[in-house]
Amino acid sequence: MNKVTTTEQLMLGDASAAGYRHQVRHRLLDVVFHNVTRAVAFLVLVLLGAILVALLIGSWPSITKFGAAFLVSDEWDPVQENFGALIPIVGTLVTSLIALAIAIPVSFGIAVFLTELAPVWLRRPLGTAIEMLAAIPSIIYGMWGLFVFAPVFREYVQPALIATFGKLPVIGALFAGPPIGIGMLTAGVILAVMVIPFVAAVMRDVFDLVPPLLKESAYGLGSTTWEVVWHVVLPFTRAGVVGGIMLGLGRALGETMAVTFVIGNAQRLSASLLAPGNSIASALANEFTEAVGELHTSALVELGLILFLITTIVLACSKVMLLRLSRREGTRS
Amino acid sequence: MAASEAQSGAGNPIYRHRRRVNRVMMMLSFAALAFGLFWLLWIIVTLLVQGAGSLRPELLLQMTPPPGERGGLANAIMGSLMMVGAAVALGTPIGILAGTYLAEYGKESWLAAATRFINDILLAAPSIIIGLFIYTVYVARLKHFSGWAGAFALAIIVIPVVVRTTDDMLKLVPNSLREAAVALGCPAWKMITMVSYRAAKAGILTGVLLAVARISGETAPLLFTALNNQFWSLNMNKPMANLPVVIFQFAMSPYEDWQRLAWGGAALITLLVLGINIVARTILGGTK
Repeated sequence: MNKVTTTEQLMLGDASAAGYRHQVRHRLLDVVFHNVTRAVAFLVLVLLGAILVALLIGSWPSITKFGAAFLVSDEWDPVQENFGALIPIVGTLVTSLIALAIAIPVSFGIAVFLTELAPVWLRRPLGTAIEMLAAIPSIIYGMWGLFVFAPVFREYVQPALIATFGKLPVIGALFAGPPIGIGMLTAGVILAVMVIPFVAAVMRDVFDLVPPLLKESAYGLGSTTWEVVWHVVLPFTRAGVVGGIMLGLGRALGETMAVTFVIGNAQRLSASLLAPGNSIASALANEFTEAVGELHTSALVELGLILFLITTIVLACSKVMLLRLSRREGTRS
Repeated sequence: MAASEAQSGAGNPIYRHRRRVNRVMMMLSFAALAFGLFWLLWIIVTLLVQGAGSLRPELLLQMTPPPGERGGLANAIMGSLMMVGAAVALGTPIGILAGTYLAEYGKESWLAAATRFINDILLAAPSIIIGLFIYTVYVARLKHFSGWAGAFALAIIVIPVVVRTTDDMLKLVPNSLREAAVALGCPAWKMITMVSYRAAKAGILTGVLLAVARISGETAPLLFTALNNQFWSLNMNKPMANLPVVIFQFAMSPYEDWQRLAWGGAALITLLVLGINIVARTILGGTK
């Protein structure tokens, strides 16, 4: 009996020793797995900072040479090595604002249609079709814009714009000059088509967050669909809608290939939207591989740095707005 | 009673005005949708019409020609396949591991919240800046353009897409599954790899597919990294031909046969990208 107990104890001891080794191994693997995933997540976190630092170092020669004057000078002379970023900055902002002016109402309409009007079985296919606009590569937009859209725009739309607005006192300056098809307005219109799916998708998603109770209360009081959208849905989702618009702006600012094809790459400042211009991204795409001197390369990297800073700030604002809405949603439920 | 009320309502000028405004706004909203679909159709029809003539076997089998000669895009397609493959092989594990941390470990901690915030910014960051970044840290150091540089740039675009979908998909896995595994004495790493990953497999795969679709058409980050190559080259340490940059170069050229090839490549890439997107969405629709 005494012997049996010892054997039992021995067996148990053996088993728990094996179990202990097993446990140690798993605990070790646990620690390793946890820390590897954390390290990789941290890597993603610092990537943004790394890009910023790399661009800062790359543009240092240009920053020290030109200083703040870089931002307001419209010189761009690779031969004299005299560079200023005003024209591409203006081109980037103007094309993006044209894009937003078109994309905001259209995206709003699409989101309203997809959340309030379309029959339920049609919502998914129609939403997917609109999202396909975002899937088309930007170089395709560029090619199509240059070879198909620009000629149509020159033949039919631009003459009409010149005839309608060209003679007006202030707005006329925006539509001066011959219709040449390519230019800032063309780039803006194509950018609008490219950002519509992003803005519309965010608007649709935030409209879906509105509690049905709120909408039904308004309908119950006799509101029309439009009144519900304008007085209930929109006020509730304002932060999210602004976030979606900012996301669209961020996309439009950094869009490269589509703009490169149709903006005309002209190094001059013009009040007319029909005139060719330049944007930061298309200046990079066109000139970077052909830049010879260190200063030319560095000035182009500084352009990239400016673009990166602007888009990062815009996208961060967008994210903050969207977070604000989802937090409100979280406290409500 | 109800009918007479409705009638008196219809006669009320304010009510009539509200109805009219509503009808106009709803028509505008439909017009907005039609406006969006109109561009999609216009672009797809253009690609099919312009590209149809070039979508022949030669497109896949012959090299990019000098102007005036017949040829295809074989070297560009091969280069794109290699760079996209390398980018996915590099970016996917990083994306999945980081996404795993966010959903399984970090959850609402400051590191996870900050990483999600930065990741969403990277997701929408201009791709040309990514190319510029790889140029300054890699190409400028080595003093030559290379296929690897292109692959690195594309990998940086893959990472945020995969992080985001992995995070979202793992969050959809019910906690009861995890608790069941842990209650059986399963360590966390095994629970994640054997339970969470399996439950979220379709969603994570979708993320990878969407990333492939996203980078297949990316041109801007390859302009200063992979550059281009007129010849058949499988050397990832040399400048490498790739479909988007060849399309860009050929489309901007004055030669008609180059432009025709560019349309063929454009049609090919768009059909591929839209196809992948539709497949990915179908998988995703099945999981929800």
